[in-house]
Amino acid sequence: MSKQEFTITVYTENQIGLLNRIAIIFSRRKINVESLNTSPSEVEGIHRFTIVIHEMEEVVKKLVRQIEKQVEVLKAYYNNNEEIVWQELALYKVSTDEIAEKVKVERLLREFGARAVVIRKDYTVFETTGHREETDRLINVLEPYGLIEFVRSARVAIIKASRGFHEKLREFELQEPSEHVVENEYLDKQDEVFSM
Amino acid sequence: MQSTLNQPQKAVLPTKTNTISGSQAVLEALIAEGVKTIFGYPGGAIMPIYDALYDYREKLDHILVRHEQGGIHAAQGFARTSGETGVVFATSGPGATNLVTGLADAMIDSTPVVAITGQVFAHLLGTDAFQETDVINITTPVTKWNYQVTDATEIPSVLAKAFYIARSGRPGPVLIDITKNAQLQQFEYEGYQACTHIRSYRPKPVVRQDYIKQAAQLINEAKQPFVIFGQGVILGKAEMEFKRFIEKAGIPTAWTILGMSALPTDHPLAVGMLGMHGNYGPNVLTNECDVLIAVGMRFDDRVTGRLDKYAKQAKVIHLDIDPAEIDKNVKTTVPVWGDCKETLPLLTELIEQKCYPQWLQRFRDYENEEKITCIEPELNPTSDILTMGEVIKTVNELTNGDAIIVTDVGQHQMVACRYAKFTQSKSNVTSGGLGTMGFALPAAIGAKYGDPARTVVAVIGDGGFQMTLQELGTIMQSNVDVKILILNNQFLGMVRQWQQLFHEKRYSFVDIASPDFVQVAKGYGIAGQSINDRKDLKEAVSTMISHKGAYLLEVMVGKENNVFPMVPQGCSVAEIRLK
Repeated sequence: MSKQEFTITVYTENQIGLLNRIAIIFSRRKINVESLNTSPSEVEGIHRFTIVIHEMEEVVKKLVRQIEKQVEVLKAYYNNNEEIVWQELALYKVSTDEIAEKVKVERLLREFGARAVVIRKDYTVFETTGHREETDRLINVLEPYGLIEFVRSARVAIIKASRGFHEKLREFELQEPSEHVVENEYLDKQDEVFSM
Repeated sequence: MQSTLNQPQKAVLPTKTNTISGSQAVLEALIAEGVKTIFGYPGGAIMPIYDALYDYREKLDHILVRHEQGGIHAAQGFARTSGETGVVFATSGPGATNLVTGLADAMIDSTPVVAITGQVFAHLLGTDAFQETDVINITTPVTKWNYQVTDATEIPSVLAKAFYIARSGRPGPVLIDITKNAQLQQFEYEGYQACTHIRSYRPKPVVRQDYIKQAAQLINEAKQPFVIFGQGVILGKAEMEFKRFIEKAGIPTAWTILGMSALPTDHPLAVGMLGMHGNYGPNVLTNECDVLIAVGMRFDDRVTGRLDKYAKQAKVIHLDIDPAEIDKNVKTTVPVWGDCKETLPLLTELIEQKCYPQWLQRFRDYENEEKITCIEPELNPTSDILTMGEVIKTVNELTNGDAIIVTDVGQHQMVACRYAKFTQSKSNVTSGGLGTMGFALPAAIGAKYGDPARTVVAVIGDGGFQMTLQELGTIMQSNVDVKILILNNQFLGMVRQWQQLFHEKRYSFVDIASPDFVQVAKGYGIAGQSINDRKDLKEAVSTMISHKGAYLLEVMVGKENNVFPMVPQGCSVAEIRLK
């Protein structure tokens, strides 16, 4: 089994200190977090962490169980890149003079779907969203024209197969065990669990 | 981020409103949770709680320890013998950091403990105030849950949550850090509501009947099944359910060090202890069984030895309450997650009444081999030098296996756990996962409070005893009736054994000098004696057991005796050495 990119989605209560609790699950095992984003979710009062790591699936599976074990975590999932829709936001600051002089720059930016956020005499800030490779490519082409500053956000991702968390949460919140309560559902995939 | 603690689920009945302080609310919560004994040590930031405690002396028994580490180990010992949640108080800064070893120990050994620490005033947080440490972040990796209270109105619900989390599901330590202003703050107290539900927390996974069925089928079809169990049986209070299960299944059964005593050691199906210094048969035959049924245990590396050569031939059924344990170390064929108190009876119902005389005989054959090479020389030595094993044997004889044995860490721990006889559950208290030297003396104090009717014998090495011997002061002041049995080999014996076996006898800093332990005990008003002759052994142990109150017996044992059998590190369990 080789390492690949996995996106871990964690639904949590909004509690001080939880970020640390989740972060140390990775650092304890000397696993680098490539990107981490926290945001509200579609359910009121429930937060959502989106964490990207480069690891073997077997390791990721165990990490997700350790995350889900935390008291304030409701559910945690992991997905490979085929199973999600994701975006990252990038900001680029370039000299306004350069853009004004060299039409090519503007064309480039348009080609990459970039949008001007701020235009000032001395500099202009562009914004683009996309996958890592796309935002990276724009850095490469802008560099010859004097890229002053660059920053990229963490990944945000939507799970393609998910029916949304609302329904799951309702099931999860049922106190009595029932056939329909889907807990640890990744553990429940018979062919995976039952392989020796 | 704002805190969004769950409000109590049930409506609070309108009562006469009364104003109390945060400190009083803490003590009211403890009383409501049935706490009677607190181990602790006061200090600046927890003074308001101690001030309130002055008025609660009738209802709450506070044991003043000599060091916060002693306090938390005592709380652990209490939890282990009582089956309830241990409680410890400490102040901020060094008081709180002194708890860390005990929290880590309780975390890895799943012991329910609630630690309450004082903290500086909320407005001083982050200013490097006197005795301020970031105890929440320091303790995050070693607690099941922790929380800082800065407002007294949160105290009832936070403590309710703390006790619920500490004892439910897979138990563990919880730390609540309370700033001094919150302890002092007066607020309208609306009564205490025990916590029974947390939105994001499911202590028990749902029991799945289909897995129970699959497990039962595997067991029914097995030719050479083997049951191994851990502390989950004790923590789940499922000793009876477990016994019924193995008796119907008729399967040979071995325990981990922490599972020990859940099944009487002389049970006809008992085949001994697993692991690095466990018994010969259970280790070797782990790699020959066809179905391995693991109940409430976590496949620690000291149990499994080399993982890629562990039970590879077997189909594995793993019963555990913690889903994160399934497939963590050993790949499971059928995961039976759930509380074993619920899952074991379901499984028992579906299995056939069976016995495996030939298979069981193989365990007995290995046992006989082990007897000749390891057990006999340890229990009935021919040389004049005393062995640890014969001391434990004498304790067994004089207590009929009814005593609580608390052990420290090292050779004496392995010998005690190999040879101690137990007739009832919750009798073996030891630091298993963390291997904390210095654990035994304070844990024995707690163990005695946890089950006052029983004799508590703390078996400790000369090294470990020197790590926490200040707790003799606690024993003196609170008149704690613990029997301290020091097995003195004048070495840090386990490290010395490894240096002998794996480092060409380069005895690097294991030659430890000791004070006159009997004189030290005498200084604390504790009676005792030291012996080095076999002819005095029985009488000395008998004197210790029958002595009214605490007693210290030092037995000088062989300096360079080794603990065998042994699974050398990096070897498979089948490669266990008898010498």
